[in-house]
Amino acid sequence: MSAVIDFAPLLWQGLLTTILVAVLSGALCLVVAFAAGLARLSSHRWISWPAGVFIEVFRGTSLLVQMFWLFFALPFFGIQLHPLTAAVLALGLNEGAYAAEVVRGAIASRAKGQTEACIALGMEPALRLRRIIIPQSIPAMLPPFGNVMVDLLKNTSLVSLVTVADLTFRAQMIRSSTGQTTAIFLTILVLYFVLSYLLTLLTSWLERRFALDRRALAAQRKESKMMKVGAA
Amino acid sequence: MIWDNDFAISVIPLLLEGLWVTIKITLLGTVLAAALGLFFAILRRLAIPVLSPVVSFFVVFVRGTPLLVQAYCAFFVLPAYGITFDAFTTGVVVIGVNYSAYMAEVYRSGIQGVPKGQWEAATALSLPGVRTWGRIILPQAVRTVVPMLGNYLIQMFKDSAVLSAITVVELMATAQSIGSSSFRYLEPLTLAALLFLAVSYPASRLVNRLERRYAPQH
Repeated sequence: MSAVIDFAPLLWQGLLTTILVAVLSGALCLVVAFAAGLARLSSHRWISWPAGVFIEVFRGTSLLVQMFWLFFALPFFGIQLHPLTAAVLALGLNEGAYAAEVVRGAIASRAKGQTEACIALGMEPALRLRRIIIPQSIPAMLPPFGNVMVDLLKNTSLVSLVTVADLTFRAQMIRSSTGQTTAIFLTILVLYFVLSYLLTLLTSWLERRFALDRRALAAQRKESKMMKVGAA
Repeated sequence: MIWDNDFAISVIPLLLEGLWVTIKITLLGTVLAAALGLFFAILRRLAIPVLSPVVSFFVVFVRGTPLLVQAYCAFFVLPAYGITFDAFTTGVVVIGVNYSAYMAEVYRSGIQGVPKGQWEAATALSLPGVRTWGRIILPQAVRTVVPMLGNYLIQMFKDSAVLSAITVVELMATAQSIGSSSFRYLEPLTLAALLFLAVSYPASRLVNRLERRYAPQH
């Protein structure tokens, strides 16, 4: 354990970097998700087709390959990215491609009647999306978004492979200098677990906060609680 | 010219070898994950004191921690206790155990989807537990599990690139080592990405079709 205590400041810095990477790429992921997801739904083929290609390419190739490509292959085009930039870009675009499918699915499954009502009221397509369709789709998006974010958080560990000094990177450093492998890796496993648990709590809080019909949700929860009591 | 075509063609055979290793890892890992996941799901369902909660915690813990760190743990921690495997075996076990946690959830929802009446009928016929599971419950549960298994197989195929970090010489590691020895990363990395896409895109279309066919009829 002594290595963990001695190197606590280093691990702390690593943890902060991990959180920084997660927050930045999480934000990028959301922007990409809505941009690509909405573009995919467009009736103009020259908007929906590129979005479709983007989604399939980023979902179909490995995240690590994408990260290495941005870091090692892009310089051949004269673009040298900072490791952190490459890492955040890769994570944001990759998880964004997954989240774009969530956006697309949630919006596509909204009742057609809502769109028709908007048209009947003479709403412009942009206003229709902003005021009616997107707000209604958010509750449906939240649980899968939560999964994507937990995935993103765990995948931040890959940034250590492109020399970003995150939690995993620091752990590797401490391991090679002290040889105290077990204590260090168990510590960071627990830290990652706590982070992803907190993220799950945040998601379920958001789910409750943005539930369309909070009373129905409360009744449902009460019922499931009673069923649990009944089963016990 | 940025892209060197002759160099790209010359590295294809090496990359294909790497791809073959990736495919082997995926198939072996899937078999392990499917078997272990079923085992975990049944253990959780049987609600055995101490054992079932431990399995539940294990499943949640594995799902909440990064694959890369799990791989490091297996690769660096186990040898400290005298347990050594070669990188390939370690890789298959790590990714198989990691995905078994996800598979356990899939089986759980599959088992939960079997109507309660089926359990009751099995009880009424006083079928022993093993036959209830083997003849009644699992055949019905697996129907819903098959497409999800396909999805995880594709996911695992892409995730196995992470194992390059513990020196498993699969597609990603091959691309990387070509890059570092020739100082040309563009061609091997681009080709690696294309090879991943060439396998996973048709596979996901196939799984989508399976999903529609196996969808429960309402």
